[in-house]
Amino acid sequence: MALQSLDIVRRSATTMPEPGVRQSYTGKVAKLIDTTKCIGCKACQVACMEWNDLRDDIGTNVGSYQNPADLSDRSWTLMRFAEYENPKGDLEWLIRKDGCMHCADPGCLKACPSPGAIVQYSNGIVDFHEENCIGCGYCVTGCPFDIPRISKKDKKAYKCTLCSDRVAVGLEPACIKACPTGALVFGTKEEMQQHAGERIEDLKSRGFEHAGLYDPAGVGGTHVMYVLHHADQPQLYSGLAVDPHISLMVRAWNGRTKPLALAAMALTALAGFFHFVRVGPNEIDERDEAAARQAMEAAQKAPGAGTPPAANPPPNRNTELRP
Amino acid sequence: MSDDERRATLVRYGAGERTNHWLVALAFVLAAFSGLALFHPALFWLSNFFGGGPWTRVLHPFIGLFMVIVFVLLAASFWDENRMRPADWQWLRQYRDVVNNREERLPEVGRYNAGQKLLFFVIVACLLGLLLSGIVIWRAYFSLYFSVGVIRLASLLHSVCALVLICAILVHIYAAIWVKGSLHAMLRGTVTPGWAWKHHRAWFRQITHAPHPRSRTD
Repeated sequence: MALQSLDIVRRSATTMPEPGVRQSYTGKVAKLIDTTKCIGCKACQVACMEWNDLRDDIGTNVGSYQNPADLSDRSWTLMRFAEYENPKGDLEWLIRKDGCMHCADPGCLKACPSPGAIVQYSNGIVDFHEENCIGCGYCVTGCPFDIPRISKKDKKAYKCTLCSDRVAVGLEPACIKACPTGALVFGTKEEMQQHAGERIEDLKSRGFEHAGLYDPAGVGGTHVMYVLHHADQPQLYSGLAVDPHISLMVRAWNGRTKPLALAAMALTALAGFFHFVRVGPNEIDERDEAAARQAMEAAQKAPGAGTPPAANPPPNRNTELRP
Repeated sequence: MSDDERRATLVRYGAGERTNHWLVALAFVLAAFSGLALFHPALFWLSNFFGGGPWTRVLHPFIGLFMVIVFVLLAASFWDENRMRPADWQWLRQYRDVVNNREERLPEVGRYNAGQKLLFFVIVACLLGLLLSGIVIWRAYFSLYFSVGVIRLASLLHSVCALVLICAILVHIYAAIWVKGSLHAMLRGTVTPGWAWKHHRAWFRQITHAPHPRSRTD
C-alpha cells in the first residue's frame, strides 16, 4: 500500500486532508459504456467474476435475459435488460451495464462513519477498503444509484472497484478487456468525453436525435459514463437516475450539521459548569431542617390535619424515621 | 455519620427504583458513547471501548433496545407523578427564580418539579423516536423491509433525537450536581426532611401528613 496510499485524495470519516503532494498528472480515468453498441453478451460480467474471484449463487429466471436479477456482494456488475416500446410502436431493447458509477462527489463516502472504509483515489476511482468496514450500511443510504451491497456472510459492503488493482499497474479493468463490441472503453475522462462526443454525433446523424452522454453533474460527474440513445430519458434504461444527487437527508446529517451538534452538546455541559460557577449549588440549611422538623411535629400533634405516618403508613413511599 | 445525617430521613426512592434508574443510566452512557463513535469522526475512538468499529455497530442497537426496555419499566412507575399540573406552568414561567436558587418564590412542588416532568417527557419522546428510527436503520434485521427514502429519514431522525436526548441528560446530570442531596437520593434512596421541605414541599406534606399552613388552627 505504501505508495498507493499517497494516491488517496479522500477517506471516509476523516476531517483532515489526505497526503496530497502526488497528483494524477495523467488525468482522471473513466469507463465509457456505450449502450448503443452493447449486445448483452455478459462477457463483462464473466470477466468481473474471473478477475475478482467472485461466484454468486445460482439465481432464478426473472423473465428476461437479466441474470443475476440484481447486483449483490458477489455480483459487482450486471447487464440490465429493458424492453421499451417507442412512440412509433417499435420495440427497443435497452441494455445497460449497471455497477458503481464512481461519482466525483461520492454519497457513500460522505455517509460512511468508519475512517478509511471508503476512499477516493486521485485517478477518480472510489474504492471500499473492507478491512475498515463496520457493516452499518450507511453507504447504501448515501448512494444515489443503489449500488453497495452488504454481504450476508461477513456484513461488509462490496461493489465494483473499477479494477483499481489493475488500473494502478496500468491495465484496463477486466470488463473492458472482455467486451467484444467496443461498447466498453477505458481511458482518461477527457478522452472518454471526446470519444463519446464522436459517438453521439454519429448516432444523431442516424436518427437518434436525443443521443447524449450521461455524466450527471448532480454528483460532480462520474468516472463511469454512459452513451445513451435517449439521454433525455435515462429512466428508460432500467430506472437509471434522471437527476442523481446525494439526498438532502443524507447531507442534512453530514457536513456541517455534525460539528454543530457536537458544539451544542459541549455548550450544554459548559452552561452547567458556568451556572455552578456563577450561581452555585442549591443547598439546604439548618432553617430548612428546623422548618421541616416543626411541620412534622405539628403533624403528629394535630389529629384533624393528618395522622402520624407511623400510625397509618401510606401504601408506598413511606416515611422512615431513623434514630 | 455526622449529627445532621443521623436525623430522621425520608425515603424518596426504593431499592427497585434506584436499580432501575441506574440500569437506564448505564445503558444510556453505553448507547451514547457507541452512538457518538459512529456520529462524528472525531469521536470514532470511542468505538475502542466496545471492541472496535464492527463490534460497536453490532452492540449499539442491543444496548439501545435494553435501555428502552428498562426505561419503560421506570416510566411506568414514574408516569402518574410526572403529569403536568396547572402549578407546573407557573413554575416554568418563573424559570429565572429557578435558575437563581430563589425557590421560596416558586409554587409548592410535588414529588417532581416541572423541570423534572419536562425532562421526563423529553426522554419519553426521544426514546420513542430513537426506537422507531433505530429499528428502521438496524440493517442486520429490519432495514430490508424499508425503502431507502425511509431509511434516510430514519437516520436523520435518529441523530436528531439522540442530540436532544444527550443534551437533556447533560442538563439532568448537572441538576443532580446543582441541587445538593439529589444524587444521594438516587444512590442511597433517602433525603433529609429539610431537603423535601425546601425542594418538594407538597410531596413532603403528603408523606409526612404535615398540615398545610393555611389549614392550621393555632
